[in-house]
Amino acid sequence: MTAAPTLDAVLEMVGAVTDPADRAQVLISFADQFREVPAEVATRPFDRAHQVPQCESDAYVWAVPAADGTLRLHFAVENPSGVSARALAAILERTLSGRPAEEIARVSPDIVERLFRQNISMGKGMGLMSMVLAVQTLARRAVRERG
Amino acid sequence: MNEITTRGYAHPEVLVSTEWVAAHLTDPSVRLVESNEDTLLYASGHLPGAVHVDWTADLNDPLRRDYIERQGFERLMSRIGVTPDTTVVFYGDRNNWWACYAFWVFQLFGHVRAAVMDGGRVKWEQEGRPLTREVPAYPPTSYTARERDDRTDRAFRDEVLAHVRAGGQLVDVRSPDEFSGARLHMPDYPNEGALRGGHIPGARSVPWARAVDPADGTFKPAAALADIYRGEQQLDPGREVIAYCRIGERSSHTWFALKYLLGFERVRNYDGSWTEWGNAVGVPIERSPGDSSS
Repeated sequence: MTAAPTLDAVLEMVGAVTDPADRAQVLISFADQFREVPAEVATRPFDRAHQVPQCESDAYVWAVPAADGTLRLHFAVENPSGVSARALAAILERTLSGRPAEEIARVSPDIVERLFRQNISMGKGMGLMSMVLAVQTLARRAVRERG
Repeated sequence: MNEITTRGYAHPEVLVSTEWVAAHLTDPSVRLVESNEDTLLYASGHLPGAVHVDWTADLNDPLRRDYIERQGFERLMSRIGVTPDTTVVFYGDRNNWWACYAFWVFQLFGHVRAAVMDGGRVKWEQEGRPLTREVPAYPPTSYTARERDDRTDRAFRDEVLAHVRAGGQLVDVRSPDEFSGARLHMPDYPNEGALRGGHIPGARSVPWARAVDPADGTFKPAAALADIYRGEQQLDPGREVIAYCRIGERSSHTWFALKYLLGFERVRNYDGSWTEWGNAVGVPIERSPGDSSS
């Protein structure tokens, strides 16, 4: 079993791709790896409390705490055209899921700019940053609840 | 008979069905152009043979808030292998917002051989029609365009101001809360910098999506559109109408419906829209009664 890539490693790898078309392909390859929230965590209709605000791709996020202080992250993206949202969800899930809540809480919405650059519109950029903020909020809540 | 021709549109030739497109996928006289809000969408799968036109990178001036000039349009047309005789068919996500926006920009340069695929990506996908990731390459063409002509289909702020003072017809196609001033941006979207909320005085509130069937994104028949714009909103098709939204993308959809489907004689799209008007110093703004938010 190979270790999951770190978020920094993914940011560095994507950042090294300067051609917009090549970058789009890299991001789409992540979108292709998107795994929807498993049924044991949530089923449709999803609880609106997990819906990401300001995301027109209709994304949802869950953070399931484990006894060791780590969090399992899960996502759903209901808009079938939400390719960017699926790409970001896959990156967050692959790089942060299973990490300590304290580490996940430090994720910054700035990663959206670093990942997508010119492959994004103004509105969609804010929606994706909201996804990151939703993850951050859930992680901070988990940290507080562990006390 | 083509079902679209039965809907009573003034200019049905600007709308083609998914069936028509499926039958013309390899027609060399037709170029399919996908234009989306999500710029990753084309690369994730598109209609076979379709090219991508990015509304920011391809249609906007890279520096100023304006559209490309003639030379830029000619380069774009050459890149996507279009000649003046090519019929360009636009489609995209978001019920063809961006497809109509691209269609509108093409009209500024007089490329009249143009149509929109009714229902856009959503309908194509609902019907289980093929998508591909193969990016086509077409031989570059030599395309000579006219200079961009903004007079017929585009409105600028000062022209809108004069239009307001003359009691002209305006259609605000944003969400009801944006129109009322309760919010500065559409639901689920960020505030893109408007300092004031409300609407241009005298504007009728007709959210753009009322023109489409939400089930498949197709335009409503002419009679249903007339009920909304002419009946309910009392818009006179013989007088000029200016449509606006936030940056001119949603209003290009309404511009398309009013001009081509209902046959309004003079319709212009104010692309400066609320991101310009809501920031401009001294222009008049109205709020809906009872709304006191800022």
